[in-house]
Amino acid sequence: MSNLSYVRTEMLGEQSPPGTAIGIVGWLRANLFSNWLNTILTLVSLVFIYQVFAAILPWLIHSSWTANSLQECRAQVDAAYGMAAEGGCWAVIRERYLQLVFGFYPSELYWRPILAFGLTLVALAPILFTALPRKMLWLSPFAPFVVPWLLWGGTVWVPLLVVAGLGLAYVVTRVLSSHVSGLLAVPVAALVAILWWLYAVMPVNDAVTAMIANQRIPDVSADMRDKVEILPGEIAALDAQIAALGQTVGRAEAEKDALVSALEAAETEAARTAVLSAIHELRGPRDALAALEKQRLVRNEELSRARTLLAGLEALPENRTTRETLLAQLANATGAARGDLEARLATVDNRIASVVKEVGRVGLIPVESRRFGGFMLSITIGLVAITASLPIGVMLALGRQSDLLILRAICVGFIEFIRGVPLITLLFVASVLLNYFLPPGTSFDIILRVMIMVTLFASAYMAEVIRGGLAALPKGQYEAADALGLDYWKAQRLIIMPQALKISIPGIVSTFIGVFKDTTLVSIIGLLDPLGLSNAIRANTAWNGIVWELYGFIALMFFVFCFSMSRYSMYLERKLRTGHR
Amino acid sequence: MKKSVILGALTVAGLLAGAAGAATLDDVKARGKLNCGINTGLVGFAAPDANGEWSGFDVAYCRALAGAVLGDPSAIEFVSLTGKTRFTALASGEIDALSRNTTWTLTRDVDLKFTFVGVNYYDGQGFMVPKALGVTSAKELDGATVCIQTGTTTELNLADFFRTNNISYEPVPIETNAEAQQQFLAGACDVYTTDASGLAATRATFENPGDYAILPEIISKEPLGPLVRHGDDGWADIARWTLNALIAAEELGVTSANIDEMAAAPTSNPEINRLLGTEGNMGEMLGLPADWAVKAIKAGGNYGEIFEKYIGETTPVGLARGLNAQWTNGGLMYAPPFR
Repeated sequence: MSNLSYVRTEMLGEQSPPGTAIGIVGWLRANLFSNWLNTILTLVSLVFIYQVFAAILPWLIHSSWTANSLQECRAQVDAAYGMAAEGGCWAVIRERYLQLVFGFYPSELYWRPILAFGLTLVALAPILFTALPRKMLWLSPFAPFVVPWLLWGGTVWVPLLVVAGLGLAYVVTRVLSSHVSGLLAVPVAALVAILWWLYAVMPVNDAVTAMIANQRIPDVSADMRDKVEILPGEIAALDAQIAALGQTVGRAEAEKDALVSALEAAETEAARTAVLSAIHELRGPRDALAALEKQRLVRNEELSRARTLLAGLEALPENRTTRETLLAQLANATGAARGDLEARLATVDNRIASVVKEVGRVGLIPVESRRFGGFMLSITIGLVAITASLPIGVMLALGRQSDLLILRAICVGFIEFIRGVPLITLLFVASVLLNYFLPPGTSFDIILRVMIMVTLFASAYMAEVIRGGLAALPKGQYEAADALGLDYWKAQRLIIMPQALKISIPGIVSTFIGVFKDTTLVSIIGLLDPLGLSNAIRANTAWNGIVWELYGFIALMFFVFCFSMSRYSMYLERKLRTGHR
Repeated sequence: MKKSVILGALTVAGLLAGAAGAATLDDVKARGKLNCGINTGLVGFAAPDANGEWSGFDVAYCRALAGAVLGDPSAIEFVSLTGKTRFTALASGEIDALSRNTTWTLTRDVDLKFTFVGVNYYDGQGFMVPKALGVTSAKELDGATVCIQTGTTTELNLADFFRTNNISYEPVPIETNAEAQQQFLAGACDVYTTDASGLAATRATFENPGDYAILPEIISKEPLGPLVRHGDDGWADIARWTLNALIAAEELGVTSANIDEMAAAPTSNPEINRLLGTEGNMGEMLGLPADWAVKAIKAGGNYGEIFEKYIGETTPVGLARGLNAQWTNGGLMYAPPFR
């Protein structure tokens, strides 16, 4: 009896869970088929997903990458996958991706926007990621001066002189605060810097340029004369090459067209392979032809530049004497005659200045704003608006909470006015109305105007986002800052802003993403951003009728940028999660 | 009150523009480049190629003008403009000439203060339908759904046409031509209406163009042409006679192939000689070199050559000359004499 036990003395070995609760089956049961409602939803979703993929995948896979027009895309898809096949025409992206990225920026200068973009990333990196060495921060202040210079080109003196203005302001501050009064130092220094930028930068730049130009004129004249002599020959040679190759390509194209119509008439295996190989063989000659045409375009532009410059140089002595005589006449002219003389003088001055500017330029070839386009334009406008709107927004938010009546009224008025107006209206003001109100002939750059408007728009929204962060702070934080004896700016910098900004990160990044996407609106005022360019590409007879491929590519690019911003915001939130939650 | 402010602004703008345009020719020469306003993209009329070089029927006029004024058809800066920004760009002096399929109307000529220098394409609004619909005339379209671009004169023309014929229709408003193509192909509307040139270009892109027909009715007059600002008649003359030179060259048989030969020495036809500057001083009168017309024609050929190259029957756009044939062939292209 005693060795009878009613209780187990040893534990049962662990058994593996039932087959239906582990592995894939278990996961499926738990997550997809846990009850009848979920089962139905899962099945419906599966059918939906299958339908979507069944529609899209063949279109993606049965695509054409090498054709040079929509018609050829269709022929190629038909030949490769049968007459009933529908396929994407990704060849348009292959031909135009550089255009979609850089717009009409001269292709031989693509390194400049690429370098500018790289520099921007390097300058932003230490601000965005605190793990990076702090010494990199010293580079960041220079990016705003170097990047525009890289993008727009021009003399090297302008960015240097602009930086010198900052140096000047610093020196004035130091001198005034040590010798006169610290209170006066900052406004006076700001005034000096602004006066320097407005009235000294361009004259100094012009003077230096004129000095260099005078030395260079003989060299440049000889150089241009050489160019004007040599280039037409080169262009003629290219013309001949293009004509010869063009004929070969033309014959091959005609053969290919005949094969395509043969295929359309009777679908045989031989006809299919013939069409495919014809298109494949055309690729090399076509690329060669396109390369030659590009060379010719570059040469033509060079020749055009050289001719204009040479004509200007040859007319320079004459223009200078005309200028002297006009000045002499102007000294004792009156009334209507005076106005006429002044107009003529302005024309002559203009001609002299344009030649001097071109000859004496030390720096990069200038690129006009209207050549900007594609993602380069979106990124330029977006980055400027994003980086400038945050500080302006902080200032506006603080202004709106300020006790100073006028300051508050200005900030509230600005924010409410800008938020009450659609961005498109502001863009139209920038492109259309400003044209009417500015004096004729002022070339206030259209992209600069758009950047200012988008920045103002983003700032107003940013101010409200940050005000939300400020409002979320308990009053005790403000009182604690006061109790510590901090003045207003120190309190903001050390206590209020770090917390308010942390709270507003999701809102701030949402505004950033929104602004970046809003840059596509500039296509409405005729700037060729990616969407505007997609329209221009469709206007080419070869690609007319292509919609999904272009929109798909643009959407993908936008997704990459916006998704990275969103991921960065989440990273930042995780990193700054210091609260006791 | 509001209206008077706008009118005041426009008046000021007009005055300023007048002052700015006092010497467009001098400005262009000093700049060494012609600023020409073009479409942001319209099949056959203006489109960039993969190298970013613009070409097309409207662009060809800009090149001819640059050739006439500067002797170099590539000395040109193209400014792409939308329908909304084109007029301010011209009025404010941002561009020297606008060649952007712009219809010549009284208000644009008089109220907006522009000078149309001629007509380079006579267009008109037409209809496109699927052949399966079995319609042969626009008057049979009673009760049809019509895809139409909003905010354009085509909308008003359409309403007028259906009202005068006492039939009904249901509009499907759309924003762009690309959208219209998709809607029409998807069967969202029975009829697509826009300028006949646009219809032809659109139909050419369809996978089966033969399944669609363009109806014979043309319900509006759309004379498209280049224009310049009021206030600089000398510049308007240059723009007008450049266009006339292209048209006259076709009439006189001057082509890009034979022009070098014809311009080398006076020919037996005095009008050709005057046009090409081997006789008389017409270039001087315009303030241009004697061979201005030669350079203009060499830029892209005469009017007929330009037409055939960009929108003619051999191109995918495939437009017949029709109204745009020379007057000697029953069309409306009629250049005043070079005398």
